[in-house]
Amino acid sequence: MSDRRNFLKGVVAASGAAVAATVLPTKAEARETKQRPPDAMGLLYDATLCVGCKACVAACKQVNNNPAEFSTLDHLWDTPLDTSGKTFNLIKMYRSGTMETKDAEENGYAFMKTSCMHCADPSCVSACPVSAMTKNPENGIVEYNADACIGCRYCVAACPFGIPKYQYDSPTGQIGKCELCRHRHKDGHYSACAEVCPTGATLFGRTEDLLAEAKRRLALKPGSTAVFPRGRLRPEDERRLSGKEDGKGERKRKRHAWKEEPDQSYENVVGNYLQHVYGEKEYGGTQVLKLSAVPFQKVGMPDLPPEAAAAHSESIQHMLYGGLVMPFAVLGAMTYVAKRNVHHDEHDASEEKEER
Amino acid sequence: MAANHHAPAPVGGNLFNATTLVCGVLIAIMIAVLAVRFVFGLGAVTNLNDGYPWGIWVVVDVVIGSAFACGGFSVAMLVYIFNKGQYHPLVRPALLASLFGYTLAGIGVIFDLGRWWNFWHIFSPSHANPNSVMFEVAVCISAYIVVMWLEFSPAFFEKWGMVDAKKKLNKVLFFLIALGTVLPMMHQSSLGTLIVVMGVQINPLWQTQIIPLLFLLSAIVIGYGVVLFESCVASSAYRRKIELHLLEPLAKVMLGVLAVFIVVRFGDLVVRGALPLAFKGNIAALAFWVETLCFLAPFAIIGNASARRHPGKLFLAGTAIMLGGIFMRINAFLIGYDTGVGVDTGWNYFPSVPELMVTIGMFAIEVLGYIIITRRFPVLPREDAGIANSAAH
Repeated sequence: MSDRRNFLKGVVAASGAAVAATVLPTKAEARETKQRPPDAMGLLYDATLCVGCKACVAACKQVNNNPAEFSTLDHLWDTPLDTSGKTFNLIKMYRSGTMETKDAEENGYAFMKTSCMHCADPSCVSACPVSAMTKNPENGIVEYNADACIGCRYCVAACPFGIPKYQYDSPTGQIGKCELCRHRHKDGHYSACAEVCPTGATLFGRTEDLLAEAKRRLALKPGSTAVFPRGRLRPEDERRLSGKEDGKGERKRKRHAWKEEPDQSYENVVGNYLQHVYGEKEYGGTQVLKLSAVPFQKVGMPDLPPEAAAAHSESIQHMLYGGLVMPFAVLGAMTYVAKRNVHHDEHDASEEKEER
Repeated sequence: MAANHHAPAPVGGNLFNATTLVCGVLIAIMIAVLAVRFVFGLGAVTNLNDGYPWGIWVVVDVVIGSAFACGGFSVAMLVYIFNKGQYHPLVRPALLASLFGYTLAGIGVIFDLGRWWNFWHIFSPSHANPNSVMFEVAVCISAYIVVMWLEFSPAFFEKWGMVDAKKKLNKVLFFLIALGTVLPMMHQSSLGTLIVVMGVQINPLWQTQIIPLLFLLSAIVIGYGVVLFESCVASSAYRRKIELHLLEPLAKVMLGVLAVFIVVRFGDLVVRGALPLAFKGNIAALAFWVETLCFLAPFAIIGNASARRHPGKLFLAGTAIMLGGIFMRINAFLIGYDTGVGVDTGWNYFPSVPELMVTIGMFAIEVLGYIIITRRFPVLPREDAGIANSAAH
């Protein structure tokens, strides 16, 4: 009997350890929020420059071969109300009162681009059980592979921006989301939304450079005039980054094989920016950055902490299942105890037969 | 102890009656709905949308369905790990219900998968993502389903007289039993961890780093609750003696684990400072209290020993626990899920009728399967001749 009591103690100890490991996540074991890769690509969306022409929405549809979606009775124009499995980019409008002034919180209106933020530590990538959603280690693009996808839609549920969307109207529905036009990169094209933007409200580039550009704008005097780039941001150090000058031919990373295009910079009035680059720190940072004059929550961008949910989730998983140590320890204890008790059980059964 | 230890035997009796007929009709409706779903897509029959990509097929059929199937796990723990041999007669019926619950949850996942033909990717090392909670849940549940069929196979071996097979299996039974306790511990906790990556979209009343522990503890309690519920229903439906001498102490064990759960649940809310959210005038707060009251109700219903000898009260307590489990999971995954994180994105979700018919059909399969197997295979403890005969006719 004392033997058995010891086994019981063993079980209690094992389950106690399991419980303790769950309850007391230590900082040392926790998986830190990941940072953007150094050569991360992204977009800078400046709501104060956006005129709401939706050229980017049309271009996105075209290059991704997506059909028009209708929300009006006369099925004439592409009028999606939100991004969907077939609409990867959308300009939404904020309206207040009389809507007199652009970019005013009261009695004003403003625009906001909705598309994948390409998080440094994406929830969708952490959630995906079959690696259909992955983050490119070089340029940081969050890529989707329909051939791997099982359609569980955990990525849809996980994303705080509501970006991955599923095609519910098809028996073979896929997830649809912006992939920064990665399928066009090999032809020297960058994101179509930035390519066609007439005001430079959507600008393509290396996220680090875009962040510097965003901070330059925040330091400008509202109402003054300044030069704004359009299309693709081409910082002076681009050649150095591409490995031509100091890379000594060793860095074969073909990052910038973009098509030649004339400098499209132009002068415009500086907006009345909030001193906040959205995406600099949210969820560990995103590769798409945003500037706005109207509070971000009001234009549909959620208020997010600096730690990514993926880090919390993976901390728990690694703590409980890291190297499968805990499951095997508990299994060992359980096997040990069960072996004794099952024998005991069979013994009882044979006893019972003898009685009969 | 031996006196209480009746060997299992088939209940016998006719398989065609009002209950099985209703189950059959419900299953037929489900098959029709599923045919439409597989030909035209999820949108043709469900109200799923991009704001609420998971509906009742995930939350009820899989998350709640598998929690309801924890009877086998909870009782096996008690019998084989905590060495309470007297509960042995409860093992097989509980295991049977678990087997059905889990197998159906596993099949139910396929209905919900938008690209189901790729399901095998979960088990392919080139695709698997071990960081994903979903991966862990899927692998664990699949393994557990296999383990449970093996654990239950003696019932088939006995029926078909396969003495050798039974002997061989008995030699490794202890290991299957050990696996059968570890695997549910792993995935029942991870079913809770599923919401962690949803981050700030989940109301802090449910979003916590200890959600795996809460889900595990509640699954164990639900396991006992389901055994109470099932034993009462089975004995009344088959007009059998109710195993009060087993259910009374089992109910006491259940209250003990339930008390631990309540302490951890509220301790966590207080430590994280989330408790004030329970006193806001919104749906989440209301849902929280409905869930909590369901979990507290068993203390009022069967708190004293004499109440625990009352079959009706045991049934009520079991039902309350099951309801608590239902609300806790629906709250964590749907009511407490704010897809826009404070921004009203206009999404909402309530299951469609065809969607409901699939979930109802799944439960009908479970009931029908339970009836067929208990009537034809040795699962329930053998009754004294007189009573067993009256049950058969």
